[in-house]
Amino acid sequence: MAPHMTSSLRFSTLGTLKLPTQFTFLMCGMISIILGILYAPLPFSFRLEKRLGRVFQLLPRRIAPFLMVFIVLIWAGAGRQIDVIGMLAQSLRLATPIGLGALAGILCERSGVINVAIEGMMLTAACTGFVAALYTQNIWLGLIIAVLSGGLTAALHAVLSIRFLVNQIISGMILNILAIGITGFIRKAFIVDSPLPAPPVFPAWQIPVLSDLPLIGQVFFRNQPMVYALLILVPTLHVLIFYTRWGLRTRAVGEHPQAADTLGVSVFKIRYINVIVGGFLAGLGGAWFSLETVGNFDDMMTEGKGFIALAAMIFGKWNPGGAFGGALLFGFADALQIKLQISGVQVPYQFLSMIPYLVTMIVLAGLIGRATPPAAEGVPFVKH
Amino acid sequence: MKSRRQMVPIFREILIPILAVCTALILGAVLIEISGVNFLEAYRGLFEGMIGSRRALIETCVAATPYLLTGLAVAIGFQGGLFNIGAEGQFYMGALASVIVGYAVQGLPAWLHLPLALVVGAISGGVWGSIPGLLKAKLGAHEVINTIMMNYIALKLVDYLVKNVFRDPAASMDRTPYILPTAQLPRIFGPDYRLHAGFLLALAAVVFTHWLLFKTTLGFEIRTVGANPGAARYAGMNVGGNIVLAMAMAGAMAGLAGVGEVLGLNHTLPAAFSAGYGFDAIAVALLAKSNPIGIIPSAFLWGGLRNGAGLMQVRTGISIDLISIIQALVIMFIAANQIVRWIYRIN
Repeated sequence: MAPHMTSSLRFSTLGTLKLPTQFTFLMCGMISIILGILYAPLPFSFRLEKRLGRVFQLLPRRIAPFLMVFIVLIWAGAGRQIDVIGMLAQSLRLATPIGLGALAGILCERSGVINVAIEGMMLTAACTGFVAALYTQNIWLGLIIAVLSGGLTAALHAVLSIRFLVNQIISGMILNILAIGITGFIRKAFIVDSPLPAPPVFPAWQIPVLSDLPLIGQVFFRNQPMVYALLILVPTLHVLIFYTRWGLRTRAVGEHPQAADTLGVSVFKIRYINVIVGGFLAGLGGAWFSLETVGNFDDMMTEGKGFIALAAMIFGKWNPGGAFGGALLFGFADALQIKLQISGVQVPYQFLSMIPYLVTMIVLAGLIGRATPPAAEGVPFVKH
Repeated sequence: MKSRRQMVPIFREILIPILAVCTALILGAVLIEISGVNFLEAYRGLFEGMIGSRRALIETCVAATPYLLTGLAVAIGFQGGLFNIGAEGQFYMGALASVIVGYAVQGLPAWLHLPLALVVGAISGGVWGSIPGLLKAKLGAHEVINTIMMNYIALKLVDYLVKNVFRDPAASMDRTPYILPTAQLPRIFGPDYRLHAGFLLALAAVVFTHWLLFKTTLGFEIRTVGANPGAARYAGMNVGGNIVLAMAMAGAMAGLAGVGEVLGLNHTLPAAFSAGYGFDAIAVALLAKSNPIGIIPSAFLWGGLRNGAGLMQVRTGISIDLISIIQALVIMFIAANQIVRWIYRIN
């Protein structure tokens, strides 16, 4: 990289930020080193962080991701312009299926049922939703079918793992395999040779007034329906899980089903409801692929996003807000690799498209510290 | 009541998988009828394609070979309490390493070249498999997600390397050069039939795995860690080390599956030919209940269904994906054997 190259970060309506690339790298490096010294794992009495207040103790974990994102942007923008707002909006868009999948995972796992079938639910929903939209030529009907089929797949998972006590990971993997077979079958039978034209994807809605806000408006309020669904569902689920009776029962069933059962909570009922509602959310995520983004259905089009969603859920420590943050991180990784591919960086595209998967592994490897799942997760409940 | 009587355990162990397969075939028949094809005709094609002739039977063995080894890869993981969903990635890393040794290392006699290619391929798969094992042992990262992520990474890595680094400049498609004859696995029934020595190697691997898991201290430790990590740690076993070891062994088996396809069958590696081994391998291992010996009939059924599907499609025009559905139903009924017991009223 040439030493005097500049990186331009463009904030469309707010102007452009020009930064000398190398100087910025140096500054970021300095900040990292200072943080490193402050929080170095020295013997207790020498540790500087202990002398700081509680807010500062968590500082590096809060700052590090932003610093990383910033450095990567500067690197990608070296010698050219990067549309930051466009990148952020794209990150949010690409984070949508991951976020919805993560919410589905949270609902299941908070009630004690592991769900590795989110990928399969999304794939099934993407397929059936598209077939319904294709044959009725009504995309909203397609959405309803997608959501319902997500719920139906989830119901199968619930029956297998709750009623028939199948190991929950095995049950999930069976559904993933079944989804690949069924969607491949449906695609060849109903989609490939269909003379009907594919319906157009969901339009983007501009929220009046809010969409005119600088930065925020451009990122959050000019989106397609599924993005709004995610933005609404994250706070809704947070309230539902932590401030309602149903949420309390869900958490109780996930932590200690025997105790909940003793107090008269129906463990089976709560688990069935949560898994199936989770399936509806995964169905929304599936509709994002075929009805909101591509406007068609391809075999295996979910590309592992359902599994990345599980990583986002773990990243967020089974909280909706945290999972949304994780989804944004993965969405950003995805947006970045697309951006880099388009801008012609001298890195082979295969390596760029590995980025989301690598980020997932790095995040899982404990960038976030220890994550503790609900205590009763994966343990089938047997009423005595 | 006759049907409610207690059965001899070994008989029940065999009866339930058979009933599961039958139930899945019945449901598959319904699907075939729905798509407007006579199911008897479809199943006759499937059956003849599987074992209808000498050639079909041998081809079924060819198709079963990678399932034997990838099935073992998942079964070893299960025995060690791990979900190895990364057989696909390990398969490709093994195939890639062995094809490189196969064409780039020149001037070696066959008795040295072939074993070298085999061993390097197995090690390559083993290293790839041990990474999620290490991440699990050291950092507690969930191996289900990591092995899946590493499948995608391996596919992209192989795609890049085959297209750019190891590409045969003379070929019209993206593939590596052909391996030298000294690295080829010999064909068992001569050049007319595709069955190669990799099949015997896979059978040997089954026996070896059974011996290792059930007759050695090492196998005992792996199984104990899988069954109860807490007790294993209390007994002084190295839990993390056994996890890594189990994943490395699993990876080596899946790597060997890729090696067999390259050295025995194709003699070259095309760019990204994902065949879905990762998920199929899980199914094979589940069907066998993670028992190495059980992998043999299970892999034959799987290879046979895949092999017979071709003739079924030619005869009736039914999409091959129907076989995937039937296969998924088979393992669903195996895993949820309570469903089968409930349908047929077996205790």
